[in-house]
Amino acid sequence: MPATTLSKTAAHDPRVFDLDQLSLRELNQALHNLAPGSNETAWEVLNPKGSHSVAVGVDQPVAIDVRGSVGYYCGGMNSGSTITVHGSAGPGVGENMMSGSITIKGDASQYAGATGKGGLLVIEGNASSRCGISMKGIDIVVHGNIGHMSAFMAQSGNLVVLGDAGDALGDSIYEARLFVRGKVDSLGADCIAKEMRTEHLELLQGLLDRAGVTGVKPSEFKRYGSARTLYNFNIDNADAY
Amino acid sequence: MCGIVGLFLKDKSLEPQLGAMLSQMLISLSDRGPDSAGIAIYGAPSKNEAKITIQSAKPDRDFRGLEAELAKAIGTPVTIAVKSTHAVVRTTPAKIDEARETIQALRPDIRIMGAGDVVEIYKEVGLPEAVVDRFDVRKMTGTHGIGHTRMATESAVTTMGAHPFSTGADQCLVHNGSLSNHNNVRRELIREGMSFETENDTEVAAAYLSSQMAHGKNLGEALEGTLSDLDGFFTFVVGTKNGFGVVRDPIACKPAVMAETDQYVAFGSEYRALTKLPGIDNARVWEPEPATVYFWEH
Repeated sequence: MPATTLSKTAAHDPRVFDLDQLSLRELNQALHNLAPGSNETAWEVLNPKGSHSVAVGVDQPVAIDVRGSVGYYCGGMNSGSTITVHGSAGPGVGENMMSGSITIKGDASQYAGATGKGGLLVIEGNASSRCGISMKGIDIVVHGNIGHMSAFMAQSGNLVVLGDAGDALGDSIYEARLFVRGKVDSLGADCIAKEMRTEHLELLQGLLDRAGVTGVKPSEFKRYGSARTLYNFNIDNADAY
Repeated sequence: MCGIVGLFLKDKSLEPQLGAMLSQMLISLSDRGPDSAGIAIYGAPSKNEAKITIQSAKPDRDFRGLEAELAKAIGTPVTIAVKSTHAVVRTTPAKIDEARETIQALRPDIRIMGAGDVVEIYKEVGLPEAVVDRFDVRKMTGTHGIGHTRMATESAVTTMGAHPFSTGADQCLVHNGSLSNHNNVRRELIREGMSFETENDTEVAAAYLSSQMAHGKNLGEALEGTLSDLDGFFTFVVGTKNGFGVVRDPIACKPAVMAETDQYVAFGSEYRALTKLPGIDNARVWEPEPATVYFWEH
């Protein structure tokens, strides 16, 4: 497709990419070509139709609205952009996000926010298994439920779940904080319920505010985290590894 | 990887489009598996007719004259419709087992893809689009069907290693994943009297389900059994004469998305496979839960 089919209008109008007309590579290359301070701060992606790797590796503070559902790895490695998916997301949404935010209006598939180092991932529907696996500083807020093995080996950051959590939550967790409002099917190895102190209530209120959650109080949540018994190898714990 | 799809129609007006819809779904997942592809279509039942889908690497040699020889040998009229390397043999239901044995005696190099009252199975090495074109799948009508595009892990890239696998009348299965206890389960099933065409893990899963259903279980109960008796990674999509089922192992690494409307139930390894289905924007779309059996019957 020739580049002239790009709709390029005034700076305040979004730059529209129709993935029925243009390739995913053209979209991502255009996003990667953004220079610091670019006036093209609003982007709209049409007809994603489950495409993989939509808006991966964006490193400028632009807003990207994706109209439809995406496949694997949407917004991976995001650094500073604000991505909204008006649909559902496939596996690995926001994988290794550094900063910025990603909002999924529908559901997210497995390993949402995996290994994320920073930024905010909001899932307004449900997330499936392994949500926040190996998270390293990202904040994740899920309005619905999360699946099994979520926050596996989570190292830092916060996972907030307004609904329920599946089996083996927080297995082998390090220092991430997990806040769950509903029931937890089971806790993984070395993950325990912890006291909700004032600083946690304040932290949680801040996360709910950032995620646009209203009508829900921090006191409705339970906090889970590491019992810190698996940090150093102890032969008595061999069965837990 | 591998990509799997399934489509179970509720609305009869879509039946003429089943082949086209399923073909498009499978082609959309081509990059999940370039090795081989296959499709099973459940057509309209006929009281006087059952079918065997056969395959030969040398169709010119093996299919020539087979119709007359087979009819003479079993004493009943037979029709054979050749499609590239495959052919569909039709005869009276009462003669179907005899026809199957006779075909293998007359033409030892012919492989049986599957048999039953309604199912036809086409599978070959190559990309989904090539396989769909070769067998003219887009023009096929039917009530439900399943398809697979393969990235081989557990056995060789051959026609017989392609999915779907069929191990019982009108039963077939496609699989994304790999089984780790298939050798043990195969030995147990052989002891029960089942026979196997390949070393493939998925054929064992298909035979396991056939065995369970032969022991009186329904499709849902048979699928439930996979959760305790099969070890490994799997998302299975299964077809029977009038049913369609899905199950994922408890770890559920292998992706799966489903959609349901008043017109159909559809399965895809990814949402990409579902995007061109009618009314998808308003369908109920969900990820099937781990260790949970889903099935529908007409």
